[in-house]
Amino acid sequence: MTTAPSATATERLEVRADSDVVRVRQLVRTVAQQARLSLVDQTKLVTAASELARNTLVYGGGGEVEVELVADGRRSGVRAVFSDEGPGIADLDLALTDGWTSGNGLGLGLSGSRRLVEQFSIDTAPGAGTRVEIVTWSR
Amino acid sequence: MSDAVPILKIGSTLLVSIQVDLQDDTALQLQEDLAERITRTGARGVVIDISGLEIVDSFIGRMLASVAAISRVLDAQTVVVGMRPAVAITMVELGLSLGGVRTALDVERGLAMLAPAHESAESVLLAAAAERESR
Amino acid sequence: MTAVAPSALAQTLVDHAETVRPAWLDAAVDELRGRTTRGELEREQSDIYQALVDGLQAGGTDLQSEAFDQLRGILADVSAARARLGFTPRETAVGVFALKEGLYGLAGSDDTMTRVLPLLRLVDELGLFTFEAFAAARESIISEQAEQLLELSTPVVKLWEGIVAVPLVGTLDSARTQVVMEKLLNTLVETGSTQAIIDITGVPAVDTQVAQHLLRTVVAARLMGAECTISGIRPQIAQTVVALGIEFGDIRTRATLADALVDALREGRRSHTEVTA
Repeated sequence: MTTAPSATATERLEVRADSDVVRVRQLVRTVAQQARLSLVDQTKLVTAASELARNTLVYGGGGEVEVELVADGRRSGVRAVFSDEGPGIADLDLALTDGWTSGNGLGLGLSGSRRLVEQFSIDTAPGAGTRVEIVTWSR
Repeated sequence: MSDAVPILKIGSTLLVSIQVDLQDDTALQLQEDLAERITRTGARGVVIDISGLEIVDSFIGRMLASVAAISRVLDAQTVVVGMRPAVAITMVELGLSLGGVRTALDVERGLAMLAPAHESAESVLLAAAAERESR
Repeated sequence: MTAVAPSALAQTLVDHAETVRPAWLDAAVDELRGRTTRGELEREQSDIYQALVDGLQAGGTDLQSEAFDQLRGILADVSAARARLGFTPRETAVGVFALKEGLYGLAGSDDTMTRVLPLLRLVDELGLFTFEAFAAARESIISEQAEQLLELSTPVVKLWEGIVAVPLVGTLDSARTQVVMEKLLNTLVETGSTQAIIDITGVPAVDTQVAQHLLRTVVAARLMGAECTISGIRPQIAQTVVALGIEFGDIRTRATLADALVDALREGRRSHTEVTA
């Protein structure tokens, strides 16, 4: 068919306040609808984005989120990248364990959102900030 | 700071219908408001309608569980009603439980669940009215 | 060989339409006898021919260029329609390749080499595009069918006022379980049911994975305010479940669907069901 571009324009949002987390949710929802994700997959992705945006805000001291519609020829999908310049995560394995929290959360942010998306990758080091990338594809 | 969520009082029950995407501080405000209203009105039950919510993440989940725990301490029962199927599936996947919170399909069933053993005059009237409407 | 301007190629097609079109039609009708009518083919070819001429006039050099948007659209539609009607790939592409028969008829005229060759090359591109479009259409049909099959294999039935059931038959994998789960939960809302029964009489084996999926469905139903019973647990399955150390916790299990129904009815009679998530 026609050669589809691999990605459309990337939308960028700052995460500095509670209201920004809501904005991230709305943006991810919009792009997920464009990617024609099923309702359940949309809900999972938006929930994961909400957890990660909150992490960026609370643990990363704020940062930014990039959301884009992606395509691999057959399927479309949504990629979201959450990055901050915060303290980073020293023990990643521990941080990805259910129930572990450095703050006063339920400790489900990282481990839980990993279960809600298809692809999940995290890049972090103490003092070097944190970058989490998630992708979910349409079926 | 967005607008606070309104709390309605029906008989001895407080009804909260969350219609918009809740921002974290609004959720915390609601939790405080509810605790305050339960004590002030002597309410015996709280029905939280979340049929308008498109997601329940760990923050909102924790808020719901906290409201239930707080109201228990204040001798009131909490019922969370109207959770959407996609939200329920996501919550389970996320590993989130509502820690003993009672649930019902919709507001009507939630209110019925709270009908106290020694029924007050209002609740008898309300139940009768609801029954007539559903006919 | 110097490149000929697309508009000159368009002119060739227009000038020789009387020669090319009938030969193309004859060749296509020959190949597709019995599959479609001459009239239909003629209409289709007339659209393609016109779009081809228009594209060339607009300066299109290869099929991917913008000038040929309309042509690609027509070809994609035709291919998709053929895929749905069960045409073979050959039968689909031949309708386009037959255009060559028409172009061969121009051989001998003065501008054969310079004009016909680029056109033949373009027809090859059209043919390949048709193949691709056909394959894409077939794939989407297959995935649609797979989805329909999933839907069909997991009917959710209303047993009684306020009670729905899903009889599971066959192997449960995670894709299928997700469909079951969604459908069951949606049905609870649609029918206002507070009792659900998942009957696994027809499920040959329960492993840890399947058990996990069932448990999740039950938990999700509870979050929504409904109670779920798992029925039809055969003795072997009960043994595996215990051997695997799977905790069914406080989930209600019953030997048969009938037992589960009686229980659900009794539960419903106690006016309003008490569910704790």
